[in-house]
Amino acid sequence: MIYLQLFGVFFVIGLFTFGGGGAMLSLIQMQVVGRFGWISESQFADIVAISQCTPGPIGINCATYVGYEVGAGAGGHLAGILGSACATFALVLPTFLIFYGIITLYNKYKGTRLFSDIMTGLRPAVAGLIFAAAIILIFKIDFGAGGLNIGILQSTFPHWTSWLILAASLAASFIWKINPILLILAGGLTGLILY
Amino acid sequence: MNQNPQNQNITATKAGLWQIFGVFYKIGTFTIGGGYAMIPLIEAELTGRGWIPEEDMPDIVVLAQSAPGVLAVNMAVFAGYRLRGVKGSVAAALGAVLPSFIAILLIAMVFTGFKDNPVVEKIFKGIRPVAVGLIIIPAVNLAKSCRKWWAWLLCAASCAAVALLKFSPIYIIMVVIAVAAGLYFAREARSGR
Repeated sequence: MIYLQLFGVFFVIGLFTFGGGGAMLSLIQMQVVGRFGWISESQFADIVAISQCTPGPIGINCATYVGYEVGAGAGGHLAGILGSACATFALVLPTFLIFYGIITLYNKYKGTRLFSDIMTGLRPAVAGLIFAAAIILIFKIDFGAGGLNIGILQSTFPHWTSWLILAASLAASFIWKINPILLILAGGLTGLILY
Repeated sequence: MNQNPQNQNITATKAGLWQIFGVFYKIGTFTIGGGYAMIPLIEAELTGRGWIPEEDMPDIVVLAQSAPGVLAVNMAVFAGYRLRGVKGSVAAALGAVLPSFIAILLIAMVFTGFKDNPVVEKIFKGIRPVAVGLIIIPAVNLAKSCRKWWAWLLCAASCAAVALLKFSPIYIIMVVIAVAAGLYFAREARSGR
């Protein structure tokens, strides 16, 4: 039964992915392209590209799309919708199960010295992780046999004006406290006019 | 007291379930480029409404990052739970996920040429650098809480480990938790008894 398989695959991915979309994409690829062969390599590349430029978390977008393709392949639009619902629900379910455990721990230890020590350590570490996510989006980094190779990622920064847009959005946010939704809309409008 | 975490966590302004759903639907609609870019949107919406105090946001980000799954959904679940308990967390998660779901289904079924449309391409050329900015903002806000030299070092080290050496973030989180707990118990043992 294809829906049960979809559910199982995405449940395990949701359970074992830490740290956001990037790590999740490679896990999804391993399962749906490599292990089950539901999706071809080039089809998956398209799905990733679309996931990155549609609203919402990339992991959810990718799961919804893969679920649709797998279901629709088995039996048309309706089966596709059912497949995408299965995959998305399965991806989110572990978060809920684990979250209620975490919130219980949080409520129990919130005021203690141990908890505040751990949080004091985690805050800078997580700041570093998020900086890394931004860096990975800007630069293409290769740390192979030839030493460290850093180039600019053409897909996010195709033009020098891209840097201006980045600088303007940072300034607008930090100095003038402009709402992020307005920044997104302004970015889209700028792209439409500029390119 | 621990038996009743919901009541303990309800903030001054009470949020309705539909309101929570609506706010996260809006956040989900305007998130492009993944969960990290969603953080400043969540902050602006939640603190702007007085639902969650600004000084609590870093902890929500840190906890969401320490749990498995999709970061944006984790944040929605954490925030929704603080506002209205289990029901609030379900409303927030549904709101955050639904725009994705609808957009992807429309693209897969109706707008199959979406990716190659030149107008879409132009718009996204403008949005992508903004999305990178939206990721840098919460990182800077979290880094502001670094008061000690070791915190700066830790921030730089975790950034380099992930960006350059391609470590999985969970290892860094586990090591930090283990070291912090180890230092705590070592200090207890020394001063204790």
